[in-house]
Amino acid sequence: MIRVQENDFDIGAELESLVKQNHKVGGFCSFVGLVRDMADNESIGAMTLEHYPAMTEKALAKIDDEANTRWPLEASLIIHRFGRLEPGDRIVLVATAAAHRQDAFEACQFLIDWLKTQAPFWKLEETKEGSHWVAARDSDDQAAQRWDK
Amino acid sequence: MKLLYFSWLREKIGIAEEDALPPESVTTVAEVLGWLKSRGSGYETALADLSLVRVAVNQSYAKLDDPVGPEDEVALFPPVTGG
Repeated sequence: MIRVQENDFDIGAELESLVKQNHKVGGFCSFVGLVRDMADNESIGAMTLEHYPAMTEKALAKIDDEANTRWPLEASLIIHRFGRLEPGDRIVLVATAAAHRQDAFEACQFLIDWLKTQAPFWKLEETKEGSHWVAARDSDDQAAQRWDK
Repeated sequence: MKLLYFSWLREKIGIAEEDALPPESVTTVAEVLGWLKSRGSGYETALADLSLVRVAVNQSYAKLDDPVGPEDEVALFPPVTGG
C-alpha cells in the first residue's frame, strides 16, 4: 500500500494494520526516516519536501510492485510525507511483512534504497544562512545499485 | 506540451509549469531540452549542466533519446532527495 500525505502517521497503528488478521506473517521489518537537526555541519531549522504529485504515487507503486515481485511478501507499506517538517519529525515509513525474516529485511532495505533514488521528492533545508536544496548523494545511488539485477 | 519544473529548476526558470508548443522538429527528450535552452536566460542557466537534470514524460522517467509529442506532459527536475 502507498500513501503520500502532509500529515504525520502513527507508526504503531500503521504496523498493526499491516499484519492484522494475516497469520501467514512470521515477522515484519520497518524503517522510519526522520528530519535531522544537522547536515554537513550546518544546523537545520526546518525542511520543506516538494514533490511531483502526479508522478509520486506512480513511482512509489512501481517500487512497491518491484519489491513484491522480488520477495514473497505478505504485505508492504510506504508512507511518505511532504510539506514543511521540523527536526525530529517523521518523513517516511516503509514496512514489509513476510513468512520469514530474511525476505522482510531485504525487501525493506530495497524499498527505502530505491525510494531515495526514484521517488520524485526534493528537500529544501532552512539554515541560519538561508535555504538550500539538498544535493543527491552518490552513496544513495550506490545503495540503490546493489539491488540491480 | 505541458511542461513542469521542480526544485531549483523551477526557481531558475521562474515558473512551475507552462503550456508551450515546440517546433515540429522537436521529437525527442534531448530536442526538448535543446529547444527550452533557447527560450531565455532562466532556461539556459537551469539547463546549463544536463548531468543534474532528470526528465519524466507522462510521469515516468525518460532517457534523452525517448520520443516526445505535443500532447505529452514533460517534467524537468534535479536528482531526487526524498526518503
